[in-house]
Amino acid sequence: MSHVTSSVREPLVTGGKTIKDITNDVCRQVEGKPTTAWMIAFAVALLVLAYGCYNLYLTWWVGLGKWGLNKTVGWAWDITNFVWWVGIGHAGTLISAILLLFRQKWRTSINRAAEAMTIFAVLCAASFILMHMGRPWLANWALPFGNTYGSLWVNFNSPLVWDVFAISTYFTVSVVFWFIGLIPDLATIRDRAQNPVSKTVYGILAFGWNGSQKDWGRYEAVSLILAGLSTPLVLSVHTIVSMDFATSLIPGWHTTIFPPYFVAGAIFSGFAMVLTLMLITRKVFKLEDYITLAHIESMNKVILLTGSIVGVAYITEFFMAAYSGVAYERYAFINRAFGPYWWAYWSMMTCNVISPQFFWFRSMRRNITVTFILSIIVNIGMWFERFVIIVTSLHRDYLPSSWAYFTATSTDIGDYLFSFGFFFTLFLLFAKFLPVINMAEVKAIVKSSSEPTAHKPATVVGAVSGSEANHSPDINKQ
Amino acid sequence: MSATTSTNYLVGVFEDDDVLMNAVRKVREQGVKIYECFTPFPIHGMEDAMGIKRSRLPRAAFMFGATGTTFAITMITLMMGFDWPMNIGGKPFAAPPVYIPVTFELTVLFAALGMVGTFLVVSGLGPGSNKLVLDPRFSDDKFIMAIDLGSNKNLDPAKITELLKSLGASEVNTKEVSE
Repeated sequence: MSHVTSSVREPLVTGGKTIKDITNDVCRQVEGKPTTAWMIAFAVALLVLAYGCYNLYLTWWVGLGKWGLNKTVGWAWDITNFVWWVGIGHAGTLISAILLLFRQKWRTSINRAAEAMTIFAVLCAASFILMHMGRPWLANWALPFGNTYGSLWVNFNSPLVWDVFAISTYFTVSVVFWFIGLIPDLATIRDRAQNPVSKTVYGILAFGWNGSQKDWGRYEAVSLILAGLSTPLVLSVHTIVSMDFATSLIPGWHTTIFPPYFVAGAIFSGFAMVLTLMLITRKVFKLEDYITLAHIESMNKVILLTGSIVGVAYITEFFMAAYSGVAYERYAFINRAFGPYWWAYWSMMTCNVISPQFFWFRSMRRNITVTFILSIIVNIGMWFERFVIIVTSLHRDYLPSSWAYFTATSTDIGDYLFSFGFFFTLFLLFAKFLPVINMAEVKAIVKSSSEPTAHKPATVVGAVSGSEANHSPDINKQ
Repeated sequence: MSATTSTNYLVGVFEDDDVLMNAVRKVREQGVKIYECFTPFPIHGMEDAMGIKRSRLPRAAFMFGATGTTFAITMITLMMGFDWPMNIGGKPFAAPPVYIPVTFELTVLFAALGMVGTFLVVSGLGPGSNKLVLDPRFSDDKFIMAIDLGSNKNLDPAKITELLKSLGASEVNTKEVSE
């Protein structure tokens, strides 16, 4: 079972870290006082959240008339934001589940934060579902509960009902997966805690973990199966989200390419958001030795691949519209590119199709400034993609007399800001109070994947089997 | 020290996972029964070395998943086809293709929650649980091997200590835990 550091693969942990260094480096910001940078960021997030809550109050008190919707465009920013946030969430599951099944070791130092991002992003997405209901106190109507109408059930033919099941299952399973992964690290914090309050709180959260081999064996089995369950789950979630559109008869929505195209777009935007967050986190928390240029480059490769898939999907949609011979379908696409929303369409094309092509160059993939800027551009582009799909397909329907133009109101913008305030408040609390890197998993790979110049674990007697056995005393001999 | 109310452990502290695994093999060859090993991360091959049977949690997950599938299909068929059939655009009341998404989601939900619940119950983990921690450094960088002296009565503790040291333990401590 000797571990060999590969001379070909790039190290995943640099700086000659020992197992103890990992504990110290990751626990540092959990145990220390909040830094000024954190306090400022948290204050800004809370301010944005407060402004968002005011807009939420307007949305629910006054009604959806506060939004820019009209009788032609009945879905706009609400569903755009919903799909955008759900898509962002997908990268966390991809990193923690699919990369686990593919035995990609580079996932270990980013999976914790990426899964946290998933959970918070799905919460933001769900908030738009509650908002667009207009009457959130009736949200239980979306579930098949018995009711006073003589048990009139939900309509299981509807993709919107499938979506309720998909999103709630996805959220639940993601939280469980994330928390199971946190337990060993919470035990580390519990065992190091000096202050009785943190010892008690982290002690309760650590569920009494003691690192026994029986528990580790079960933990590994649970992780593997949760990864196996999450992989088809994450693909199903965005597939079902795309079916909200694809099963309708609206030209521009009614296409079979939607499920794979939405999944690729989701991974694309999610990885961009992971990069935005991780580039800041590694800098602020001084974790450059754990989230290295090799990690950033790997993520940029995923962005290049999924961005190119999305680009091919855009072109395929145009080809299919032309080839189908359906006048309405053709018009929907010509209207997208050259109609009144041309600016949204070309923003989407530039941000999503052209910008990731820079990542063909290794120097660009390993350039932190370029990566940070592109990661934000990609998410702007992906927001426009959803806006283009939703609004441009709706605003010119079958009767030219009902054609309309959607313009966002301040409440539309305020509700969108709510989700940012909510997301960053939660993410900052996570980054301060929980370990942002999965210590147990990084400790497990440090021997095989650290820098070749790194500290070599002392080969103590017994590491080499064979000869030592003869020297160890035979305890049965009297 | 009263034998009825407390257990005495010999706690070997190792600095490296490979050293621990080798020590586990050698110690077991000598007929010493190991109580448990406590490590900061899972060590591949350790279950074999310690003679722990593979977890049967995958089977539990399958059973919970199958329960979810059955529950979903039964629920949708009863609701859509029998309890309150609705004519929606002339479509059949109970149409299996539209069951697939919800059935899939409930299968995953039941399998995940059922398996994780089983894991917590079987391992005795949960809020307020305090499992035996013989050396708190297990969660940092030490690899701990615990030997229950009560179940190795025929062996001399001093000799086991000597054996553990010769196999690479940096410290060997005795720890008395009252029940």
